[in-house]
Amino acid sequence: MNAIETTDLTKVYKTKTAVDHLNLSVAQGELFSLLGVNGAGKTTAIKMLSGLVKPTSGDAVLLGKSILAHPQEVKKLINVSPQETAVAQNLTVRENLELICGIYGSARKEAKRKAQEMLCSFGMEEIARDKAKTLSGGWQRRLSIAMALISNPKILFLDEPTLGLDVLARRDLWSTIREVKGSITIILTTHYLEEAEALSDRIGILAQGRLKALGTPQELMRQAETDRFEDAFVALCGEPTKRGDKR
Amino acid sequence: MKTAAFALRNTKELVRDRLNLVFGIGFPIVLLLLLSLIQSNVPVELFAIGQLAPGIAVFGLSFISLFSGFLIAKDRTSSFMLRLLTSPLTARGFLAGYTLPLLPLAVAQMCVCFGAALLLGLSFNANILLAILVLLPAALLYIGIGLLCGTLFTDKQVGGVCGALLTNLSAWLSGTWFDTKLVGGMFQRIADLLPFSHAVNAGRYALAGEFSRILPDLGWVIGYAVVVFGIAVAVFHHRMRSGNV
Repeated sequence: MNAIETTDLTKVYKTKTAVDHLNLSVAQGELFSLLGVNGAGKTTAIKMLSGLVKPTSGDAVLLGKSILAHPQEVKKLINVSPQETAVAQNLTVRENLELICGIYGSARKEAKRKAQEMLCSFGMEEIARDKAKTLSGGWQRRLSIAMALISNPKILFLDEPTLGLDVLARRDLWSTIREVKGSITIILTTHYLEEAEALSDRIGILAQGRLKALGTPQELMRQAETDRFEDAFVALCGEPTKRGDKR
Repeated sequence: MKTAAFALRNTKELVRDRLNLVFGIGFPIVLLLLLSLIQSNVPVELFAIGQLAPGIAVFGLSFISLFSGFLIAKDRTSSFMLRLLTSPLTARGFLAGYTLPLLPLAVAQMCVCFGAALLLGLSFNANILLAILVLLPAALLYIGIGLLCGTLFTDKQVGGVCGALLTNLSAWLSGTWFDTKLVGGMFQRIADLLPFSHAVNAGRYALAGEFSRILPDLGWVIGYAVVVFGIAVAVFHHRMRSGNV
């Protein structure tokens, strides 16, 4: 069984088709990146797959559960690290982790145990008592990803996880993502092409809501007849960059 | 369990915001002290403590709207709401999680207000407890207003609507500072149509032991609380379903 199967997944906002008949299969344990310029439909696709937005037509099945027929069941299987840092500002690092455990149904004792495990594996023991709002951008993003992982999701959505981070913090997060890669299915959206190239098993390129190209980074470069991934992206994307219409 | 975890988070967010505590609890007490001081220096009965305390308690509840509105609006305008919406937390869990922490906060605020009034000469009797009980629907009304504003507006807009408009409406149209009959006309008719003066009157009757006069005013407040809370729940549900929270 695939982790994700979409069938003609479509979202129309008034007159704009954000995602247009998206047909996609993602295997379990795969790290799949969705690339595209602003307004290409990446975030809308993730919002539909994570149950935030209902598709206008089509469906997606996540580990056998339809997002239309069983949205609550799907929510138990997934977790999301949103584009911006999504932490409770006045709670400590430990409390943020325990909060997510509680929301996903863990008893108090179990939540404490899981939070401690996550603090250790993410190297956050020293800042466990610090309030989230006092952390640097890099540490907040790391906490955000830890919060997404603590519910043991089968599918993890990482929406531009390294946006706005400096090179060191970004490389740090890459190693964190590599550590969990393979054990869960990861759907990554990013504007950093080298990030997608370095981390992804396969990449899908979206433009104007449509899937324009699909394959491993090497396959995409071969398809575009270039040895630079950035050139391959530009060639396969095939649309001028439109700024400021991101959903 | 899920709702309890979320409610606990909201409680911590509220009580750890010092500005919330200073304004929510401190400001009504300052007003109570100031007006009692004025009363002690004028020969006529302007601000009798038995009349003033329920009014200040209701006025203080407008800050509860501000707190709840701010909390929800801040969650909405950050990605934190996105995280919550992709979790298994249901719409009912969301609303309960936002509402439950505010009720004890409102009760605590009223207790502090009446406690301060006791120090300023209010006689201690069981009617104080009744007054707090009678003001609970008003607390729910203000929480409902906060939920609605927080669901519809940004945190800056909540500051304008709840922080400026609602506090002023609660102050001027509740009959706390002056009897609205003194102004009369349209002003009094509007004050009578809104729930604020009814909430204050119900509290005053409870405190004075005039039990038979409580219900007509309390009915207005309960009616408003049910309608406003109903609208807030419907709007939240609608926005959650449409992915537009």
